[in-house]
Amino acid sequence: MAQVQRIAIMGDEAVALAVKQAKVDLVAAYPITPQTIIVERLSEYVADGELDAAFIQAESEHSALSICVGAALAGARVFTSTCSQGLALMHEIVYAASSMRIPMVMTIVNRSLNAPLNIHCEHGDVMPERDSGWVHLFAANVQEAYDLTFIAFKLSEREDVMLPVSVNLDAFILSHSIESLIPISDEDAARFLPPREYKLALDFDNPITHGTMALPDTYMEFKMQLKEAVERAKSVYPEIVEEYARISGRKYWYFNSYMADDADAVVMVLGSTYGTLKTAARELREKGLKVGVIGLTMFRPFPEEQLVDALKGVRAVVVMDRAYGYGGLGGQLYTDVVGALYRNGIRIPAKNVVFGLGGRDFKLDEAEAILKMAAKGARDGGFDTHVQWWGVRA
Amino acid sequence: MSARKLVDDVLKGRFTYKTLPIAAAIPNPPTSLENKTGMWRVQEPVIDQSKCIKCLLCWTYCPDASIKRRDDDGVEVDYDYCKGCGICMTVCPVKAISMREV
Ligand code: SF4
Ligand code: SF4
Repeated sequence: MAQVQRIAIMGDEAVALAVKQAKVDLVAAYPITPQTIIVERLSEYVADGELDAAFIQAESEHSALSICVGAALAGARVFTSTCSQGLALMHEIVYAASSMRIPMVMTIVNRSLNAPLNIHCEHGDVMPERDSGWVHLFAANVQEAYDLTFIAFKLSEREDVMLPVSVNLDAFILSHSIESLIPISDEDAARFLPPREYKLALDFDNPITHGTMALPDTYMEFKMQLKEAVERAKSVYPEIVEEYARISGRKYWYFNSYMADDADAVVMVLGSTYGTLKTAARELREKGLKVGVIGLTMFRPFPEEQLVDALKGVRAVVVMDRAYGYGGLGGQLYTDVVGALYRNGIRIPAKNVVFGLGGRDFKLDEAEAILKMAAKGARDGGFDTHVQWWGVRA
Repeated sequence: MSARKLVDDVLKGRFTYKTLPIAAAIPNPPTSLENKTGMWRVQEPVIDQSKCIKCLLCWTYCPDASIKRRDDDGVEVDYDYCKGCGICMTVCPVKAISMREV
């Protein structure tokens, strides 16, 4: 582990720094707020000769992702970044990328989807890609956004995985906030991510056909391959975070957990809200309230067994979603958690809190109120309602 | 894996999701030559050579390149790949082509 200086950096720039250190061969992107700074910095790195890569500004996000697919098939390490409408426009290629087993990393700076037009934080943009066969990781702070970018490349390129990986970070709250960051050295980065090797790479001397058609007699088998690869991403993940811990001193897991072990009630969430909840939980613990917080780092594949294990002894959960499944049972994380609890025979009350849509602020006192609500659910053995839209003026 | 064996295995159902090439990426292309897609057809064209005037319209119009052109500009059906669409029969100006059930 080489000595490195602690720096102050905003989330988007931290991601760009990690991508540079990962020595990508190609960046293809289309600007969209609030991820633009990521590709802006990368274009500067390329222009200044600090990064030896092709930088392509595509005519749309659909093309940007298509370019990444092609370049990755040629054996390149590729990166793109988008959010919101841009991700929606990529949708078709998102599914092609995972099923064609394309290793690549995409940063998604989570922003709400039109309409009404809004550029602020929400997880509603990635949810339509939830079931696509991509690995989806979520950062809780700027340091995580940086670290997870390396972990994402490593996971993505493993021969037994070969899948695209997204790293999600909250719009503005992380993308545009300056936080403290301890980078890894260029040497450690190079050791962790040696040049990419790819057996199926396009090669004039040994032709191979990618993107073929499969009829009803074989289609399900190819999808079964995808299903297993996504599950393998989950089983090899501990090896990768362990290796990353050796060079960085920072140990990642399927989720961040704060005092969940002996908690009566746990609040679960994706993204930066973990930090707010953690601070509120620390204060409530001092007042004797046995509450804990879990913030998922890996959302897909869903770490079912690990979460179920972490919830042993917990008497109630509140699951917070910064997105909503309209007409369904609640937010996407909530339905996953409830399903996991049910099929593992854990019959504890679980409530869904939908919050922060379109970037609505979520403050410390609100985090405290939700933790208290969870604790009350544990005491009462139930909640008043399944789903609550938090802070809506009604 | 050779293209021949891959096509054979798939057609005969001798595969599992583990034996198929990963992500449907096909090594040793082109498997299209091995995959005799003519088996799809329910009707097939027959050319009455005595009527044929060697105009090559059928050769031009066949969407599957399944009319073979001989050196003398006479034509034959390539039954390995002909899908039985009947376009050649429709375009033939002297009605030299008829369709029969297979
Ligand atoms: S029937 Fe159709 S596919 Fe067959 S030779 Fe005629 S035009 Fe070609
Ligand atoms: S279209 Fe009819 S006449 Fe012309 S080459 Fe074909 S079979 Fe012969």
